[in-house]
Amino acid sequence: MRPIWKERPSPGYQAIKALVLGGFALVIVIPILVVISTSLASDRDIIDAGGYVLWPSHPTFKAYQTLFGGGLMGRAILVSVFVTLVGTAIALAVTIALAYATSRPVLFGRPVLLMVLFTLLFAPGIIPMFLVVKQLGLLDSLWSLILPGALGAFNFVVLRTFFMNVPGELLESARIDGASDFTILRRIVLPLSKAVVAVVGLFYAVGFWNAFFNALLYLNDTSKWPVQVILRTYVLQGKSLSADQLGVHPPSQPQSLQMAVVVVALVPIAMVYPFLQRHFTKGVITGAVKG
Amino acid sequence: MLKSSAPKRQAKVGLPLAAKWRRDWQMVLLMIPGVVFLLVFFYLPVLGNVVAFQDFQPYLGIMHSEWNGLQNFVNLYDNPDFWDALRNTLLLAAVQLLLFFPVPIGLALIVDSLVSNKLRRWFQTIAYLPHFLSWVLVVTLFQQSLGGAGFINNLLRHAGLDPIPFMTNPDTFPLLVVAQLVWKDAGWAMIIFLAALTTIDVSLYEAAAADGAGRWRRMWHITLPSLRTVIVLLLILRIGDILSVGFEQFILQRDSVGPGAAEVLDTFTYYAGVVGGDWSSGAAAGLAKGVVGALLLWGANSLAHRLGEPGIFQRRGA
Repeated sequence: MRPIWKERPSPGYQAIKALVLGGFALVIVIPILVVISTSLASDRDIIDAGGYVLWPSHPTFKAYQTLFGGGLMGRAILVSVFVTLVGTAIALAVTIALAYATSRPVLFGRPVLLMVLFTLLFAPGIIPMFLVVKQLGLLDSLWSLILPGALGAFNFVVLRTFFMNVPGELLESARIDGASDFTILRRIVLPLSKAVVAVVGLFYAVGFWNAFFNALLYLNDTSKWPVQVILRTYVLQGKSLSADQLGVHPPSQPQSLQMAVVVVALVPIAMVYPFLQRHFTKGVITGAVKG
Repeated sequence: MLKSSAPKRQAKVGLPLAAKWRRDWQMVLLMIPGVVFLLVFFYLPVLGNVVAFQDFQPYLGIMHSEWNGLQNFVNLYDNPDFWDALRNTLLLAAVQLLLFFPVPIGLALIVDSLVSNKLRRWFQTIAYLPHFLSWVLVVTLFQQSLGGAGFINNLLRHAGLDPIPFMTNPDTFPLLVVAQLVWKDAGWAMIIFLAALTTIDVSLYEAAAADGAGRWRRMWHITLPSLRTVIVLLLILRIGDILSVGFEQFILQRDSVGPGAAEVLDTFTYYAGVVGGDWSSGAAAGLAKGVVGALLLWGANSLAHRLGEPGIFQRRGA
């Protein structure tokens, strides 16, 4: 409903608004649609359209069969899924524990909090990070993609702000009844903060799935490459996938295969996106930022 | 039955250390994994920056490499590639700040003015999505759309026109970078302005309208002043992060555009150090960047305090 005091916008204004918002939305949607269409297109569609297909008239899943048929890409998907699942689980456990422990006035709470906040101010740099990972013997190990991302300062702040708003009386009464801090965390605090934990978990998952530079930096072994590095090498840099890397004979028109790689990188994000959006529009994140 | 083993956690009670330990040991235990992580993957690398003051040789390690004082920084000073990287970083940061920063504010104002909630939700759903896509994916989508063999240039060729080298022209690279940033993050950056807009008291608008203020005057005298705190906050965060400009974005496009336009401090560090084996120069450039970045953040924050804004690092009790 338009409030009474608000004047009706002139047609000119409305046209400009529609143009700006509509244009912005189309520019986002069209490339994604073209990529999905092309990944589903047959060789004939691609030749007819001269490269990119707006609508595949002979849709086929051949590109995906080729990709999932094993070889480099099949392994890359497994790597990415592993890193994302294990990474998210570890990161959530570490972050929840630290955020809860520093959300109450306890021993060492203050200095540990400052330790975390300092990371917001200064980044240690690429070379020292590389040297540390190398010294730990993590080069060419998937743990080099997981462990350095096990605590994000932003996610920490979001969780801690939420935990701080859990009423202290509730926790004190549980303590008086003899509950240990572990029990309180598990039985009282976590059930109260399911939504925010889910959002932070999804943020971590998206981060692990999207991580590219760590893999470039720490992994030389192509069999351990995650999806993002494959995407860069075979789509962005345009190197072709050889038959033995694919595990099957490569198709005559590489576009659909390349676009299928793009879609594989895109789909998990598109799947969790509705959940992410539902929760962050409830103000979980913005509330935390303001606090 | 109030047992002494569960004293209340009040900030001001002066318990002896042993009693505090007995009360809080489980909480301290919970801190351990996070603290270990911070020590190993943050504070140890921070200390590792000492290689910037060494003639670092990987086979000797940090302990046995020779110290050479500020020699690495002197070398950087004489290295034209470093100055290129610095110039590109500052140029790209300035262009991003000028051209990107206002976009989400403008978008948020338009979206906020929409009367239809349905339309608003639709637009938000589409606009937030690209934020969650990786830089590799974003650059790939741009390449497939605007690259030499991308569909825009295919259309141009079909129409008998010359293709335009959007993706490889070093002169227009800053604009390309901003376009990618707008595509990926303008929608997401809008979210916080939208949240701030909903907190504005509607009666202010009503009263202003009753006094005869039109839409522009209401925007100028009510909306924008209400957004001031948020704008300042985001500007500070942006300035603190300014030297990082968007590292993956550049490393992905350095090959196609060339280091002349796409080399920034972070890519310089990576290529000189990790790829080129000149660890100490790379670390020196990285350290210089980190220190300047921290100073910028601190400076911007104190400036905000001076202007009477809360900023990010708030003073206690304020």
